[in-house]
Amino acid sequence: MSQRAKIAVERWTPESRFAVVAAALALAALAIGPEAFSANAVDKLTTLFIYVILAVMWNALVGFCGLVSIGQQAFFGLGAYAAVRLANSGFGVYPGLFVAAALVGLISLPLSVIMLRLKGGEFAIGMWVVAELAHLFVNLDPLIRGETGTSLIELDAFAPDARRALTYWCALAAMACMLALVFALLRSPLGAAIQAIRDNEEAAESIGVRVERAKRLVFMLAAFGAALAGALWVATALTFQPKAYFSPLWTAYMIFMALVGGLGAFEGAILGAVVFFLIEAWFGAAGVWYLVGLGATALVFALAFPRGLWGWVEERTALRLLPIGYRLLGADAREAARPPGAG
Amino acid sequence: MILINQIVQGVLLGGYYALIAIGLAFMFSVMRIINLAHGSLAVLSAFALFALADRYGVSPFLGLAIVAPAMGLVGWGLQRTVLERSARGGLLVPVLSTFGLSIIIDNLLFQGFGADTRSLAPYIGDLSFDSWSLTDDIAIGKLAALTMATAIALIGALHLFLMRTQIGRAIRATAEDPDTVGLVGVNPRLVNAVAAAIAMATVSIAGAFLAMRATFDPYAGALQLIFAFEATIIGGAGSLWGTLIGGIVLGVAQSLGALVSPQGFFIAGHFAFFAVLFARLYLTDLGAVLRRALIGAKPA
Repeated sequence: MSQRAKIAVERWTPESRFAVVAAALALAALAIGPEAFSANAVDKLTTLFIYVILAVMWNALVGFCGLVSIGQQAFFGLGAYAAVRLANSGFGVYPGLFVAAALVGLISLPLSVIMLRLKGGEFAIGMWVVAELAHLFVNLDPLIRGETGTSLIELDAFAPDARRALTYWCALAAMACMLALVFALLRSPLGAAIQAIRDNEEAAESIGVRVERAKRLVFMLAAFGAALAGALWVATALTFQPKAYFSPLWTAYMIFMALVGGLGAFEGAILGAVVFFLIEAWFGAAGVWYLVGLGATALVFALAFPRGLWGWVEERTALRLLPIGYRLLGADAREAARPPGAG
Repeated sequence: MILINQIVQGVLLGGYYALIAIGLAFMFSVMRIINLAHGSLAVLSAFALFALADRYGVSPFLGLAIVAPAMGLVGWGLQRTVLERSARGGLLVPVLSTFGLSIIIDNLLFQGFGADTRSLAPYIGDLSFDSWSLTDDIAIGKLAALTMATAIALIGALHLFLMRTQIGRAIRATAEDPDTVGLVGVNPRLVNAVAAAIAMATVSIAGAFLAMRATFDPYAGALQLIFAFEATIIGGAGSLWGTLIGGIVLGVAQSLGALVSPQGFFIAGHFAFFAVLFARLYLTDLGAVLRRALIGAKPA
């Protein structure tokens, strides 16, 4: 019993302090990208940054808050659409990307009031219906001309090199901000509340977690993140075809990245985005078989390795690079952590 | 008159939506799983029937005698390999795994059959376009009427099966409490596999009508899933007769929306779905508030 005093709660470890500093330095170093890398590499990295945003946001929604959505392409598409619309109305293209995402984030507030009352699979497909509806409404806009789509022609005002560099910096800044934001959120008391909701909503509510407020916040954050990714995507792809942006394939990519990397692990989503990026680079040319492989991998991970690659790393090494949880330390820590009756 | 005709056509369209929703609702009520591969599996059956008709000249109705049992086997296998494991993993896993499955099925179909849109209409002769004229403006397509009749017959048959047969009772008991049925000698794993087989057999029938009434392509499954889901939710999740009501509400909303604009068809359908959802959520709330107000008004 006297040993109990030795137990301490740990959040940071030497490795994790090092990892956070290293991550910050790496992000800062990436800022010189357009000066140092080839045009092709800059484009590729921009894509990777957007994937990281998508993976981290989907992981925040699903892995941490337990809200599986098949309709995040709604926000991805709306973000791209809002960016095109803003640019068309004379708003600066690059500031417009961030304003577009903020607008979509605002739209998600009234939406969350209805959608968050659905549970489990109903929420998942309900969000898909939202995406279909958003797609149909965007098609009605004369500027978009139905499925024909349009381009972000305002970007023609920039020289190709300047455009590439600006888009790269926007994507890098967006990714860094979203990573920092989600990291800070998950480490805050609200982060603990969000994970408590995922594990057991009723129990969380009974100990005073404001379930609705917490879910709404994550829902809006995820909507904002997906919209930001969509706006950045249209800035790299230049063309906006509604069908390509409102495709459930985007959600398939998000599921793949979060599942393979490790659902509910902050490092997992980043790892998943990098893995997805590499797989796409190597096998993307295989077309249909590549998609079959993605689906099959997601299926196998969902059934057999729900904690993903990062879960595997954590189990073996107890390594936590970007810690968001708490760990009990001390001689008796294992005993104390074990639930009563578990032997 | 145009309005009445649109409503009539909408009701008949509802027969198809009910047909596609039955399997989804059945699985949801028995196994508490929403199968996101549902639409893709319907399209898979449609392609199977198409292949039989196209390569071997088998009529779609005869083809169902082969495809329905085959899909039943698929359902059995699916339950044993994917759904059962998923359900044990909590609420998240079934959604993720069945979505992964739908991507696999869609793209394998694309690999096997290419991007062309297909239809079974050429293989069913006059049935695809024949109709009975009620008045000058209103005609009832024979195929649409057959779809509706099939939906009603299938729901009725399933209802009788669940109420009157031993295995039907076992399925209902397993749906209530899969742990307790084991105590009274029912094997819940076996029962759920049978239920999945039945659900997939109904999906093959829905796939047949999907292919006969319109065209389909390898990626048509997503929309079928959404229609099935909307009909299921509008009708009250998990109720079999509810799918018929839900399907009709959805079909009528769509055909009235089509009067406004071509996109109005889909928009009105999705709106009907959200309107029903919203009304249900808030009317229940209102009921709770009223009840609380009444109880609160009583002297303590």
